[in-house]
Amino acid sequence: MNRLNRNQMAARVAQDIPEGAYVNLGIGLPTRVANYLPADREIFLHSENGLLGMGPAPAPGMEDPELMNAGKEPVTLLQGGAFFHHGDSFAMMRGGHLDICVLGAFQVSAGGDLANWHTGAADAIPAVGGAMDLAIGAKQVFVMMEHLSKSGECKIVPFCTYPVTGIGCVDRIYTDLAVIDITAHGLLVREMVDGLDFAELQRLTPVPLTLAATAATTVAA
Amino acid sequence: MIDKTVSSLEEAVAGIFDGATVMIGGFGIAGQPAELIDALIAHGARDLTIVNNNAGNGEIGLAALLRARRVKKIICSFPRQADSQVFDALYHAGEIELELVPQGNLAARIQAAGAGLGAIYTPTGYGTLLAEGKETREIDGRHYVLEYPIRADFALIKAFRGDRWGNLVYRKAARNFGPIMATAATVTIAQVGEVVPLGALDPESIVTPGIFVQRVVAVPGLAQARVA
Repeated sequence: MNRLNRNQMAARVAQDIPEGAYVNLGIGLPTRVANYLPADREIFLHSENGLLGMGPAPAPGMEDPELMNAGKEPVTLLQGGAFFHHGDSFAMMRGGHLDICVLGAFQVSAGGDLANWHTGAADAIPAVGGAMDLAIGAKQVFVMMEHLSKSGECKIVPFCTYPVTGIGCVDRIYTDLAVIDITAHGLLVREMVDGLDFAELQRLTPVPLTLAATAATTVAA
Repeated sequence: MIDKTVSSLEEAVAGIFDGATVMIGGFGIAGQPAELIDALIAHGARDLTIVNNNAGNGEIGLAALLRARRVKKIICSFPRQADSQVFDALYHAGEIELELVPQGNLAARIQAAGAGLGAIYTPTGYGTLLAEGKETREIDGRHYVLEYPIRADFALIKAFRGDRWGNLVYRKAARNFGPIMATAATVTIAQVGEVVPLGALDPESIVTPGIFVQRVVAVPGLAQARVA
């Protein structure tokens, strides 16, 4: 079966981020989206540790330990960028000022519940960071994740079995197989990868899907 | 003449008592007042409740404070990291208490304390494990969780420059929790890369006005995070 690799997934998400959007890219896979934002669009990247207008990684040797992203990796600040404290940063997130946030996930439920912070394992040290604020704060929440887990279980589920991060908060899911909107009428398939037919996608997904009338084929970048 | 500067790190942390709640600024090592933490270790106060975003990185700063067994409880959002081995071992041994707080709620609860609010309703965490047993309310069709302020006896923060009135400016993303923690502690202690004369800081650019700061200590050299 055709499927997008992680860079192709990141490139696909990047296509949907418009000029002028204020965007937070979550730690991990979503961070890669930054590598594929079109150079001709001005997009404002927010980092919860107090940056707006975050730029790419610095040249080797130019790292500054006081200029990091939320994943504690060295970054730069674009011209016009700003620094601010945590109160303001989370006001941007919780207060609905960010247009889009892109998050990874363990599971997304049919109702848009997100599970991405804790496996629930008894010996795991829980850590939540800004995940719960991002999940409920942005105008649009995009999730990017593999359609199936490493053990072959679909990560789109009727109900989350992992502890949830937020309830009814996900708007759109980008997987290696499809782009799916979570709507008031259920899950609407917007795109599928080349060569995948809808019946096969539905067979893999334990939640009823509807194929959008305008559904397109995802072309890998 | 009002002069909040003190001449040594030892003097800066004087009076921090056993059982105190101490906020420590920083996000990872950016903005972490490592020298003040070293002074706190030397000072010897124990049974501390620490408020920080993380639970120590590597072996220095907050991690060293934990390793010295001075901390009975930590209130933070993101303890588990690739280099949080000191905390991880204490946690698995049952030797430290953890209150896990979503990062924005941590910030908002600190701000609530600083602003004199009795509590806040926050949408973050509603319906999750971290809101279990907490009071909730629906306001204009949205669900909120009641959360209480986090106050501290002391805050240890790091700023770029300060003056004798306690006015502070920060550097880049090392600002993070410093300005809000300064508002929420009875005694805020700032280590600054440089103490400048009164009037040298542009009043339009002062981030933390001196009313929130009780002690300033210069830690010369790079006003940057110390790297392990």
